[in-house]
Amino acid sequence: MMTFNIPYIAVIGLILVGLIAVVFKRNLIKIVIGITLIESGVNLFLITLGYRENSIAPIYTSSPGGLMSLPVPQALTLTSIVIGVAVLALMISFIVHIYRHYNTLDASKIRGDEE
Amino acid sequence: MNDILSILINHSPALIVAVPLFGAFLTPLVGMINDKIRNIFVIFITLLTGFFTVILVNEVFTNGIKTYCFGAENPSVNPVVRIFFEIDGMSAFMALIAVILPIVAVIYSWGFAKEETGQSKYYTLILLMTAGILGMVLTGDMFNFFVFLEITSISSAALVAFWTNKKNSVQAAFKYIVISSIGALMVLFAVAIFYGQYNALNMAVIANNIGFGFLDKIALVVLIAALTMKAAIAPMHMWLPDAYSGAPSPVTVVIVGTTLASLYGVFRVVFTIYGKQFLTILRSFGDFAVTPSLLIGVFIVVLAVLTIVIGVFMALKSNDFKRMIGYAAVAEIGYMILAVGSAISTYFIPTGTTTVTMAEHGKMALTGGIFHMINDALDIGLLFLVAGAVYYATKETSLNKLGGLSRKMKYTTVFFLIGLFAVSGLPPMNGFASKLIIYQSTYQVNPILAIVAILCSIMLLAVFVKVFHSAFLGPEISSTKNVKEVPKSMLIAMGILAALIIFFGLFPEFVITNIVEPAKNALLNSSEYISAILGGV
Amino acid sequence: MLDQIISTFETGSGFWNPLVWLTALVIAFLIIYIVRGFGKREYKKGTDQTQAFLSGNPEYEKDKMHVKANNVYWGFTESLKSVYNFFGKMHTGNVSDYVLWFVIIMGILFLIFGVI
Repeated sequence: MMTFNIPYIAVIGLILVGLIAVVFKRNLIKIVIGITLIESGVNLFLITLGYRENSIAPIYTSSPGGLMSLPVPQALTLTSIVIGVAVLALMISFIVHIYRHYNTLDASKIRGDEE
Repeated sequence: MNDILSILINHSPALIVAVPLFGAFLTPLVGMINDKIRNIFVIFITLLTGFFTVILVNEVFTNGIKTYCFGAENPSVNPVVRIFFEIDGMSAFMALIAVILPIVAVIYSWGFAKEETGQSKYYTLILLMTAGILGMVLTGDMFNFFVFLEITSISSAALVAFWTNKKNSVQAAFKYIVISSIGALMVLFAVAIFYGQYNALNMAVIANNIGFGFLDKIALVVLIAALTMKAAIAPMHMWLPDAYSGAPSPVTVVIVGTTLASLYGVFRVVFTIYGKQFLTILRSFGDFAVTPSLLIGVFIVVLAVLTIVIGVFMALKSNDFKRMIGYAAVAEIGYMILAVGSAISTYFIPTGTTTVTMAEHGKMALTGGIFHMINDALDIGLLFLVAGAVYYATKETSLNKLGGLSRKMKYTTVFFLIGLFAVSGLPPMNGFASKLIIYQSTYQVNPILAIVAILCSIMLLAVFVKVFHSAFLGPEISSTKNVKEVPKSMLIAMGILAALIIFFGLFPEFVITNIVEPAKNALLNSSEYISAILGGV
Repeated sequence: MLDQIISTFETGSGFWNPLVWLTALVIAFLIIYIVRGFGKREYKKGTDQTQAFLSGNPEYEKDKMHVKANNVYWGFTESLKSVYNFFGKMHTGNVSDYVLWFVIIMGILFLIFGVI
């Protein structure tokens, strides 16, 4: 019974490690890696919801019989992975511009012209 | 003619989202021909979207909820398998706001962005943002809401960083995309919890079957925290002045629509999806029962008072024109959420019946909060357009270096005066009408709320009088001696917003009975929302 | 339709009619204009009679006479310095702190909904 709960525990672990990386790290690239970890955790959660015990992949038209795992969460996860790729590319291009202006990647030294 | 019109009304939910998307992908091709033709094309696309929105809103306000199924004439409702767009009064109200702002922004951009490079990409991203906001408010499906939320946040973050040669814009864009992405991922987490429990992604099906167990509580907490972070409620509001001041001014006007659409998401989750479970008693101390409506209401009201106070205090201190208006925008969002939060906390069961009702002053507070949404969009939009006009004429944003602008820029001064009266709630502008309702109805919930609201309204007046004195009044300074009045397209855009503000202020009863009342009734009737799709369950 | 446009709107505990207010404002301005017409008309322009009075101080050049923006509310910000220090420390500008506030609010909400 315990072995079927390991993916859910991994989800909580990934999201926690990602949030710790975003909150406590000061390098901008490490913050971006933290966001990628959170996104991987949520995608894993979506896929694990569709699994049924002893099921086969939902890709057959004339299947050899047996239970199939749910295909809807797999479609949702594909959409989410594509969105994650676009957001990651945008964040890294912003980091390139920030480095050109500030010459540092420390998050506490990057301030706008406040007041 | 009537047949064509009825076909257009039937398919208008799909057309409202498809026309800006299609126009967004055609704009770079049209831009290769000529600049003027591309500008006319973009204005035509936004006006066409406005026409479809107006006929849809007219249909919904007279005939009730309209549903639209993508891809089938007679979709099956047992189980629901296709994506539905469901437009009730609140969605129609938000669609009106979401279509006025891009029209004004695109007309303003004709004069503002004339000498920039990369204008085709600028107009493409504005049209993509329009499609995203309209999709977010019209949809009836939770995962579709997440996809449109991501479309809006990606295109708006790219537009915040439009001036890549300025330090302020790129760092503001990075903070904005980090905050948006974390908020959207948490929304996806809650959608996954809903799917795992109820095997449905449709909002009406989830609302029909919802309970209040352990997993539902987790989903509610995550959704409220993530969506209120996107709607800039304290203490998670700090990205808003950075992002609003780093973006070009017409882009900021459309980002105001994004913030209001995330606030619409909070209302949709709290009122419609969790509507059936609002009065389950969680714990009772003798005669006093603790219900989810009381908890959510009190929490939102505490955050609202914090938002108003922080917004006004930081606005009084700052010296940058756009940052000051950004902090004032945070305070205005606090007013909306103060009204709606105090309305949520007044749910009760009258003796002798078993249906849940809201007290009368609660319903009035809800009306005031919803009316304030459209007032705030118009006021803050006009103020940002004036800030953009001042930047276009003098190339300065810091208030320490401006002075005596009203001698040469007469129309801009008049528009700024109208915006000043509207934001601080002076008659006869529209801000006074909605703030009067908020003061009088929150006083009956707790007198302290009304006192804080009135005091901070006076301080908002102080903030903008400071801007008016230091930028517009006074003798002419040598650095601003040669300013000229801004081009006509920018004046026309500001004039549209000012005319709407004066119209809403002089005829508030007309606006409330025809536009705000259907939205308030739609929020209070979650069973009507469910039965429009599931057919009388 | 016309009486719907110009009717008063009632909140639960009051009412407000903007057109009546506007008429009262116009009448007030008319009275003020008539009272202003009772003033003296004979004065000489361009001499000392139309100069601003600055308590006997001389008038500097125009660039220095204008009060700058961060000096306008000096009394208010100086007397509330402790409040502004607290708010200033909260708005650091660091993106990790923004996410920390989000985690704190989510934790408080979990506590509220979990315990009660």
